[in-house]
Amino acid sequence: MKRFFYSVISSFVLASALVACGSNVKLQDVPVEDRSASLAQADAAAAAAAAAAAAAARGVAPVQIGASDAFAAGPANTVKVIYFDFDSFVIKPEFQTVIEAHSRHLAANKARKMSIEGHTDESGGREYNLALGQKRAEAVRRALGLLGVMDSQVEAVSFGKEKPAVAGFDDASMAKNRRAEINYR
Amino acid sequence: MKSDLSQLALFKRRAALKFLAATGLVANSAGLALAQFRVEVSGVGMTQLPIAVAPFKGEALSPQKIGSIVKADLERSGMFRSIDAAGVVADENTRPDLASWRQKGADAVVTGSVLPLADGRFDVRLRLWDVVREQDLGGQSYTVATADLRLSAHRVSDFVYEKLTGEKGIFSTRIAYVTKAGSRYTLWVADSDGESAQSALASPEPIISPAWSPNASQLAYVSFESRKPVIYAHEVATGKRRLLANFRGSNSAPAWAPDGVQLVATLSQSGGSQIYSIPLNGGDPKRLTQSSSIDTEPAFSPDGRSIYFVSDRGGSPQIYRMGSSGGNADRVTFTGNYNISPALSPDGRWLAYVSRVGGAYKLHVMDLSSGSSTSITDTSADESPSFAPNSRLIVYATQQQGKESLMTTTLDGKIKARLQGAGGDIREPDWGPFQR
Repeated sequence: MKRFFYSVISSFVLASALVACGSNVKLQDVPVEDRSASLAQADAAAAAAAAAAAAAARGVAPVQIGASDAFAAGPANTVKVIYFDFDSFVIKPEFQTVIEAHSRHLAANKARKMSIEGHTDESGGREYNLALGQKRAEAVRRALGLLGVMDSQVEAVSFGKEKPAVAGFDDASMAKNRRAEINYR
Repeated sequence: MKSDLSQLALFKRRAALKFLAATGLVANSAGLALAQFRVEVSGVGMTQLPIAVAPFKGEALSPQKIGSIVKADLERSGMFRSIDAAGVVADENTRPDLASWRQKGADAVVTGSVLPLADGRFDVRLRLWDVVREQDLGGQSYTVATADLRLSAHRVSDFVYEKLTGEKGIFSTRIAYVTKAGSRYTLWVADSDGESAQSALASPEPIISPAWSPNASQLAYVSFESRKPVIYAHEVATGKRRLLANFRGSNSAPAWAPDGVQLVATLSQSGGSQIYSIPLNGGDPKRLTQSSSIDTEPAFSPDGRSIYFVSDRGGSPQIYRMGSSGGNADRVTFTGNYNISPALSPDGRWLAYVSRVGGAYKLHVMDLSSGSSTSITDTSADESPSFAPNSRLIVYATQQQGKESLMTTTLDGKIKARLQGAGGDIREPDWGPFQR
């Protein structure tokens, strides 16, 4: 109760103090705050001016990320996607020739780097799927390692369920999403 | 503080008295609430305080309908039931006709005004009345810019909530979430009702797992902008970003320690997904788990002494608990073969997580003192639960009519509300802490 009375008294004081002042004023126990104009509503010039004042309170400064770099070409006539069975991290025999072609390409081009992106279908949690996708990428990395590819040339990463190749929850779509994609830098 | 406690006692006594009478009314008010405020009430036997929030004087000329926002806030909390106050004009200076409010079934009444000032800002005032004891419970006043009118409404809700329940309200706290619209991913910072969203980060690549720092100034998250998952810490007010983890392989699932000086995360630099602690002032990550299985999704207990996490070391993903510096882990979930995404309530009493039940992914809440667990939704693709800082609500992602959406729910699942987002698929919510 005592704190409340302080609040009322000080908020009247603050109200008059704030009339002339646009920045955030911090007083003990006063639940009054001046967040300056939201960026969505203000015009661009006002938004820029407001940004500094907003910084101390509840303003949010937006950050824009541009497109990521394009990938380099890999070996000619070689597929770059390896599919996996449901809940499986084992490379199927039919993809062994694909792994061999990529290992030859890396052996012949020591400066080349490869990124193996593991992916999952869209069911289940994002972080757990990220870990499952990582297992698929690691399986491809190890298979290349067995063929003599230098570890420094490959990086296994995961996109989990974030970048499905095909939308949809039917069996055929889900099967196309359980994959590892190979990209060269 | 003393008066808060007596208010709480009042609330409990009245709630108990109303219990039987209210059960018949709940179903009735449910339809009304759903239509007006998208708050969905299921089940009977709720003990909710009936409250009337009169339209604020001057609201017609205000860009934000303060009374409606307050009413929706209080309903969403699950602690209050709205008594219709449409058409009543009463500001904070007038003593309301308490006898007539009593007749309408209200235990408390909120009156107030929102008036423009000469400099273009607004003066928002309220007064709260105890209808039962015919007492003035006090008032507040806030002078705010137009952009902050919604925030002032949430502060009104916080004031009412604290006066009547004795606990801090969470309405003026913020949540972070991610939207995907076409191939654009945006990380937003929004009010606790999902509105007034401001963009913190926009990227052509996915953004997942935002996590508020304990002081509410930074968000850690996983960004795929460099074609691999890396962890950033992002100062929300300035947009200043810092790469926290960009190790070989994948970097994901950031979780702040309550002390704010370290972060734990999942790294795959050793070849599998394992949990590491990462000092925020630089230095090498320290490996906390030593398994050949998946260990991920770490979450600190509020006292900072334990880390809950997900591991498939037993053959299927289950939630385990270990000390904050690693070591032996105890299994926490035993029912079902897919239990993920642990979140601890700030009061340390509850564990929210997602469990797969018959092919559906459903939000569950476990009472940590008894270990008993309840499924609290009727949806089938629930994800990413996060507790409100007062431990009374959970925000989570789910799918409704094929669209990703965010919901809040009370811990018993009886009061749910769908949050309005910034458009597109909306996901990955994280409820921020109380702000100073």
